[in-house]
Amino acid sequence: MSERAKMTLKLKIWRQENARSKGRMTDYTLSGVSPDMSFLEMLDLLNEQLISQDKDPVSFDHDCREGICGMCSLVINGQAHGPEALTTTCQLHMRKFKSGDTLFIEPFRAKAFPVLKDLMVDRAAFDEIIAAGGFIDIATGSAPDANAIPVSKINADLAMDAAACIGCGACVASCKNASAMLFVSAKVAHLSHLPQGQVEADKRILSMVAKMDALGFGNCTNEAECQAVCPKGISISNIARLNRQYLRAALLSEESESMDCLEEGSH
Amino acid sequence: MINVSIIKKQIAGFAGLLLCLFAMAHLAGNLLMLVSSEVFNRYAHALTSNPFIYGIELTLLFIFLIHLGLVMRLQWENRSARPEKYAMQKRTGRGATLASSTMVFSGITLLVYLVFHILHLKFGTDYRVSYDGIEVRDLSRLVMEYFGSPGTVGFYVLAMTAFGMHLSHGFWSAFQSFGFSHAKYTVKLRRLSIVFGVLMSIGFSILPLWAYLQGV
Repeated sequence: MSERAKMTLKLKIWRQENARSKGRMTDYTLSGVSPDMSFLEMLDLLNEQLISQDKDPVSFDHDCREGICGMCSLVINGQAHGPEALTTTCQLHMRKFKSGDTLFIEPFRAKAFPVLKDLMVDRAAFDEIIAAGGFIDIATGSAPDANAIPVSKINADLAMDAAACIGCGACVASCKNASAMLFVSAKVAHLSHLPQGQVEADKRILSMVAKMDALGFGNCTNEAECQAVCPKGISISNIARLNRQYLRAALLSEESESMDCLEEGSH
Repeated sequence: MINVSIIKKQIAGFAGLLLCLFAMAHLAGNLLMLVSSEVFNRYAHALTSNPFIYGIELTLLFIFLIHLGLVMRLQWENRSARPEKYAMQKRTGRGATLASSTMVFSGITLLVYLVFHILHLKFGTDYRVSYDGIEVRDLSRLVMEYFGSPGTVGFYVLAMTAFGMHLSHGFWSAFQSFGFSHAKYTVKLRRLSIVFGVLMSIGFSILPLWAYLQGV
């Protein structure tokens, strides 16, 4: 590729020593960026330069770099995973930007997602929500024969759509209230649409929502920014389903009474 | 149970929908003034002379305070859920709308408006008029005088624009919070919500504008 095609970018990156220190936006100028680079490769290039200058490289989360693991994050120019719809940061390419552009690069921000260093955040809160009930506890035996358990086509599709959630946390990052409702609703939906998930459906929904609230996520105000930035296109119809299933479970389920007793016992 | 995020939103939404019902009844009453001031005054008298009115007013106040109290608490929690703000935050254009992102501001506008509205009209000058020997309050005269000032009319139209915006998001949002979601009807409900907001906004602006133009 000719040198002319290479881009020069002004970067404003959040630098923070550790979880306790105060961070700030720091300016960098990076040249030699190829339009074919992914966003993370662009940061790799910056880090190579910083290391060669004996400076501290920028920490950021990444793993598969194929858009399926949910590790990469970043709020780029004010949008989680950058400006492109249905795309993770690792699958965002520099050809989406122009030479001379100024890029704001910040970590996902929420009380429940504390910054560990620079652009790295601790998303263990999501693991805690899953641990509260996002699983099937009963013995379901070994893998059954295909179609041995009848599942309607529509339910299979809805369960798969919800299961596409990679738990990246962009929904929380983009929500003005830092609400985790899209994540929780997807995790609840992908199990509750299937027969194996039915047995513990009420208990699951009550525990996961209780954990979500306890972790300090905000409340959903139905603005759908989460759905707009979600790299997997999870729909807010899952949130509506969570809302009605929660109301039903809270009012009618025996599990609700036993949970209330547990709660009172812990005080 | 009342402390659960989802339940708080559902109660706030339900209270909001009840307030919508009140607003529709209020609008219908307002528009009676376009028929004649006598019809309007007689209607107002029938309402205020009803012995149940205090109970109904207290219920309305209670519903309003529930809505206000819950959304204030939800908003407080939402603010503390992100202690450190972004240096740059940009809406995608595929989610939030102007109405949805300004719910707090339209709500505060309405709260300020309501204080003046109740103070100036409900507790305004008590003019008297007699129809067939029955003395009733001449609310119509007060309304005509009140909306003689362009400043007041402007304030009302502004507040009612905020009201319409508040409803255009709030109405469908309440249904989403209850868990109503349908591939076809949700799209229609969102459109209906906007139409409802616009109609209420126009409906409540008619009386101030009409009254002002009568006096010009």
